[in-house]
Amino acid sequence: MSTELLRLDNVGVRLGGREILRDVSLTIRPGEFTGLIGPNGAGKTTLLRVMLGLQAVTTGAVLIDGEPRAHRDASTGYVPQKLGIEPDTPLRVRDVVSLGVDGHKFGVRLPSRARRELVDDMLTAVGARRFADARIGELSGGEQQRVMIAHALIGRPRLLLLDEPLANLDISGEQGIVSVLARLAKAEGIAVLLSAHDMNPLMPVMDRIAYVAGGRVAVGRTEDVVTTEVLSRLYGQHVDVIRVHGRVLVVAAPEGTDPEHDGAAADASVVG
Amino acid sequence: MFSSFMLNTWFAGTAVAVIAGVTGFFAVLRGSTFAAHAIPNGAFAGAAGAALLGLNPFVGLAVFSAAGALGIAGLSRRARSDVATALTFVLMLGVGALFVSWSTQYAQEAYSLLFGEVFGISASEVLPIAILGAVSVAVIVFMFRPLLLSSALPEVAEARGVPPRRMELVFLLVMALATSMTVPVVGALLMFSLMIGPAAAARSLTARPGLAIALSVVIALVTVWAAIAASYQSNWPLGFFVGVIGAAFFLAGQAWSWGRGKSGNTFRLAARSLR
Repeated sequence: MSTELLRLDNVGVRLGGREILRDVSLTIRPGEFTGLIGPNGAGKTTLLRVMLGLQAVTTGAVLIDGEPRAHRDASTGYVPQKLGIEPDTPLRVRDVVSLGVDGHKFGVRLPSRARRELVDDMLTAVGARRFADARIGELSGGEQQRVMIAHALIGRPRLLLLDEPLANLDISGEQGIVSVLARLAKAEGIAVLLSAHDMNPLMPVMDRIAYVAGGRVAVGRTEDVVTTEVLSRLYGQHVDVIRVHGRVLVVAAPEGTDPEHDGAAADASVVG
Repeated sequence: MFSSFMLNTWFAGTAVAVIAGVTGFFAVLRGSTFAAHAIPNGAFAGAAGAALLGLNPFVGLAVFSAAGALGIAGLSRRARSDVATALTFVLMLGVGALFVSWSTQYAQEAYSLLFGEVFGISASEVLPIAILGAVSVAVIVFMFRPLLLSSALPEVAEARGVPPRRMELVFLLVMALATSMTVPVVGALLMFSLMIGPAAAARSLTARPGLAIALSVVIALVTVWAAIAASYQSNWPLGFFVGVIGAAFFLAGQAWSWGRGKSGNTFRLAARSLR
């Protein structure tokens, strides 16, 4: 088995004349936990869509097991940021997880005891067993995340991609999801890549960081990437990396700061 | 009421209810109820056109409902889907108005296409309805899981390789197929209420998708059968009874889910202890 699962080689994406990603190269290996970090609008979602095979690249190549990706395959699981599903939708948590096995297949499948047990086990693994029979739309955002992780994992992917799973969660919800993912990555050897605008909740579990800013990506170990030099080069302006009380703050000078970042302090903008 | 003259009416009504119950479930789940309104009502223009040309109205209905489905799916790529639906719908209605104005004796036929003519139906008309109905139900059963995933969780479905636009197109075409054969029987307006009322009531009654479809079909059947019987006895129009019974089921479903929400935990605990 190859030690590299997914590789992006000098990937560039242009959408409607705008350059969204430029010269992105990164490699993902089995069992690795990667944080895809960067401010809003930096290109994280586009990068995730490239990895999923939903976004064609303008330049460069996407390789799976060293082979060019032909089309979508079952090796990649995906958890979206938000479901946007109505509370009264007739779909139980266990139905959603079961659709993770064969929801893309045509034809009829009759319910079976084996399937039910498989779904129950998966729900237990993500800590969602107790609301197995609830309607998916009635759950909170954090509960829905757990269900969608179970939906993705039951298809036995080798790579799990999650789009901003920690947005809209409180601190205990964040820790719950992060620890579930870290445990699964180690136990099952699944590569996990998770996008977030704040790297701090991921610090204890991240093996590698892919820091996105201005359509470019810096990849490596956190201590090598999250430095004043590397990030200043990526942002194309001077930013300071400050470590306080075990937290990392990326702070831009007041001039030329991006008003989108609502983590802005009084005199400086915290960008990541 | 069960004479041989009425037998065809019962058969046709049954076929229409099954089709409406199954397609209606997905129309409500996908939020395509506006398309479920636009396709049958817009297709009525096709029947008017067919009458002008001296063709079987079924041909006009089939062509126009398929064109409506293609129009909605095509325009949805560029515009919001409700706007795309509205544009397609007004275009079809406009053409229909022109056809009706050219025709001299169309008013009576227009009335029956809007409100149906379930009592005058002949055996030769029942067969195509049954066949096409079986085809559209079979297509939906075959596509059940991808359609369910794509309707409820479109982004997840796309990531799993279920293309949302293609699913939308196939579903709208099935709805068009269902429409073109049911409109002459129950009428365009009633087809709309039969697709929405039972499906909306069913989803308040159960959280299980398979059971919700089954309930949707059962409620549609009860609605149609009760409406045929009541209309036969009273001589009041079928449409009146379909509308009233459909609304009553929907309200009962709402009352049920409201009551369930109120007694919420007690009810769920009771249900759990029964298992």
